[in-house]
Amino acid sequence: MIPLEHVLLLAGVLFALSVAGIFLNRKNVILLLMCIELMLLSVNFNFIAFARHLGDLNGQIFVFFIMTVAAAESAIGLAILVVLFRRRKSINVEQLDLMKG
Amino acid sequence: MIRESVLVTIVLAPLIASVLAGIAGKLIGRRGAHTVTILGVALSCGLSIYVLQQLLNGAPTYNDAWYTWLVSDGIRMEVGFLVDRLTALMMVVVTFVSLCVHIYTIGYMHDDPGYQRFFSYISLFTFSMLMLVMSNNFLQLFFGWEAVGLVSYLLIGFWYTRPSAIFANMKAFLVNRVGDFGFVLGIAGVVYFTGSLDYVTVFGQAEQIASQTLQIFPGVDWNAITVICILLFIGAMGKSAQVPLHVWLPDSMEGPTPISALIHAATMVTAGIFMVARMSPLFELSEMALSFVLVIGATTAFFMGLLGLVNNDIKRVVAYSTLSQLGYMTVALGASAYSVAIFHLMTHAFFKALLFLAAGSVIVAMHHEQDMRKMGGLKKYLPVTYWTALIGSLALIGFPGTSGFFSKDALIEAVHAANIPGATYAYWCVLLGVFVTAFYSFRLVFMTFHGSERFHTAADHHESHGGHDAHDDHGHGHSGPPEEAFWSIKLPLIVLAVPSLLIGAFTITPVLFGGYFGDAIFVRPEHDTVGHVGESFHGIVGFMLHALTGPVFWLMLAGVVASWYLYIKRPDLPDVIAEKFSAIYKVLSNKFYFDEINQFVFGKGSVGLGKALWKVGDVALIDGLAVNGSARVVGWLSGVVRRIQTGYLYHYAFAMIIGLSALIAWYVLR
Amino acid sequence: MTITEILFYAFAAVLVVAAVGVITARNPVHAALFLVFAFVNSAVIWLLLEAEFLAIVLVLVYVGAVMVLFLFVVMMLDINIAQMREGFTRYAPLGLLFAAIVIVEIGSVVWVKHLGGVQESAAAIAQDPDYSNTRALGELLYTQYLYPFELAAVILLLAIVAAIVLTMRRREGIKQQDIAAQVAVRAQDRIRIIKMDADKASEQTPATETTAGAPQTEAQR
Repeated sequence: MIPLEHVLLLAGVLFALSVAGIFLNRKNVILLLMCIELMLLSVNFNFIAFARHLGDLNGQIFVFFIMTVAAAESAIGLAILVVLFRRRKSINVEQLDLMKG
Repeated sequence: MIRESVLVTIVLAPLIASVLAGIAGKLIGRRGAHTVTILGVALSCGLSIYVLQQLLNGAPTYNDAWYTWLVSDGIRMEVGFLVDRLTALMMVVVTFVSLCVHIYTIGYMHDDPGYQRFFSYISLFTFSMLMLVMSNNFLQLFFGWEAVGLVSYLLIGFWYTRPSAIFANMKAFLVNRVGDFGFVLGIAGVVYFTGSLDYVTVFGQAEQIASQTLQIFPGVDWNAITVICILLFIGAMGKSAQVPLHVWLPDSMEGPTPISALIHAATMVTAGIFMVARMSPLFELSEMALSFVLVIGATTAFFMGLLGLVNNDIKRVVAYSTLSQLGYMTVALGASAYSVAIFHLMTHAFFKALLFLAAGSVIVAMHHEQDMRKMGGLKKYLPVTYWTALIGSLALIGFPGTSGFFSKDALIEAVHAANIPGATYAYWCVLLGVFVTAFYSFRLVFMTFHGSERFHTAADHHESHGGHDAHDDHGHGHSGPPEEAFWSIKLPLIVLAVPSLLIGAFTITPVLFGGYFGDAIFVRPEHDTVGHVGESFHGIVGFMLHALTGPVFWLMLAGVVASWYLYIKRPDLPDVIAEKFSAIYKVLSNKFYFDEINQFVFGKGSVGLGKALWKVGDVALIDGLAVNGSARVVGWLSGVVRRIQTGYLYHYAFAMIIGLSALIAWYVLR
Repeated sequence: MTITEILFYAFAAVLVVAAVGVITARNPVHAALFLVFAFVNSAVIWLLLEAEFLAIVLVLVYVGAVMVLFLFVVMMLDINIAQMREGFTRYAPLGLLFAAIVIVEIGSVVWVKHLGGVQESAAAIAQDPDYSNTRALGELLYTQYLYPFELAAVILLLAIVAAIVLTMRRREGIKQQDIAAQVAVRAQDRIRIIKMDADKASEQTPATETTAGAPQTEAQR
């Protein structure tokens, strides 16, 4: 029997690593997207752990939806990335400051 | 039985004439303007005399509302007429003097471009004054009160291109506002305590008001009737030019002489006196208010007379004499001798209008020269003016037999009989005032009509200036000796001289001691000073003989002799005296520094206050701090906050992560 | 320690290593491959956690589709890797600091706060031998979660449409078929009917005249 706490800690470590990844790879949009995927994975871990811990399948249903939305998100995100690269010949985030106040 | 239609006609005839002359002035021309206004006022005058006649024949007092304007919360606001003998007397005086002035104006304003406008104004004034005196409620009284103030303002500034005239009319307007403020508060007090504007209702509840108290300053209880009466009297102080609200009257001499005669001597300034007499049922209940009235009046009577001693402007001397005489009337009011005050008001209206018109005649003859030092010896050039002015002056100083004698002597006797606080001071003021009055009146007569002819040098001087002064000459006699040219100037002088001389003798017995006023004037028995005078009154001859033994006659005679000595016998002396008592002379010629104090304290003070409020309150606080300040704060804050919006994705992500960890930390540490 | 737990800790360790690889890899292709590795490990752990259907879906959808998409994009775009790595070490301490903070916070939520009072359920322990996770999920999805399930389908359709619309472009110089133009075409745009006489000579007559005319004038002269 896997203790709940350990799964949660694993999810926390994954989450922390993806946060650190966002900091480290702050220029590359593709890596940022990957870190976000990792973050969602850690969240899914939580849901699955609790679903098992509480014997409640609703948590797994949530994971299912999260994965659906994540797939859609990465598809659209990558499409935007491609368009961006076509226009600017770069995916450097530091050059994307049109929203500067 | 007085008919309503008669009263309405009396009021509306001058108004219609005024509107015609004012609006259709160009259409009907000069002749049309003066014809229509004189007809209107003559109609009013005739009907007023008719009404007086009816009342004397025993017609009951008329008191009815003619038109209800509005009813609000039980307070009826109406136009109505209360015509008793007091009102009728005022109506006759007002319309009669107004008629004389209308006629006089034909000559005086002969060449003025504002001829029709002037007639329109004075007719409008007659209407306003009639509304004031015939009113049966406080609201209409206030309407008339303000309307005469407005016309006075318009007429003082009649020659609106002169800066001094504009200054004078503004001054008159502002000073009157101070008085009117008190007056409005007084009316508000009346409405507060009685819930009614109607005279009869209010007088009926006077005792009830007297039993209540007010707290103006916490801890000090005031009798409600005292407060109301003093507030009402403050209004009278403004309108009737009592110290310290008298400052506008001498300056109002900037207006044309006919209106000085009509408004600033005979009628409008007596509105305050009339009002207090009308309010006698209220004033009688407050000894304190009466004392206040008495002291203010006495101060005005004596000290304003002193100013007449040193002034050299012929109209201003008469103006100060008006101030002094208004003080006399006020003293009479304070001494509860309302009938004497009204009696003096009536005689004064005739002889003061006469004096003003005579002064105007002199001014016209001298080509608008008003300085008495440049006159002298005019007796042989202006015989009618001289004799009428002499009559007026004799009446003014109270020479036995003239109308002024009866009213003034009765007045002084009544004050002597009064025993409320301040009566002794008032008695001495009016007594010494007699000497002062006699002195300055005959100083005027002597300087203007007797002595050496000083105007030739002035006339030559005038001539040397050539044509540039010619426009305000009167088209007759640009040079040469002064002369009386217009019948319309001479006629009113003669017409007014008759009542100035005789009306006192004919009316003193019924008006003062014959119960003429009936219940129009209410006097409490313990204040009945007139009755006290009446006890020693045994016919007019006896009254005159009795006067010869009193101090009043001798003081008057002393004044005349003193002025004769100083201005005829030894004309060099006045300058010597002025030099010797230069401190006193300076105070007097600066009018007790009232103007300076007003200018400095109120004029500069309010300008300073306004500037301070503008600079500090408006510019600095409201504009600078509140409006621009908050805008600047928002701008500065936005400038700071916009730096947060770098546009970089990772900054936003960073902010989200910080927020997330902070939230979890809060959850953990909670 | 049961075999389940041993497997869990082993795969968890590998998962963490793979995640570290994702965030530190110099090459995005390597990062993507590390991510694939991490997903596979996760799928195994999910199996251990009795979420069999989701584990399979994770492998199919993420490893099979999404990560292939990532790799495809990474390889399609010509990215200057060296430029992208600038500032990596500079921000490493800050990133690690926040990672540590997050770990400490989650740890304290788990142990200090004891999960805010969540109790283990008895149902979690015993399962039927023929219990099917897929069947149970399906029963839930097609009954209670029918509408959200439909919505999820619409979202996926939307993502497909959006991705196509965003990335589709017309290139110049390439022959393309314009179907709309083909459909909208009308007969008179394509065919021109010219009426002419059957006799060809009549059309040539003026020309003959001119050619014949010139020598004539020459001859007249």
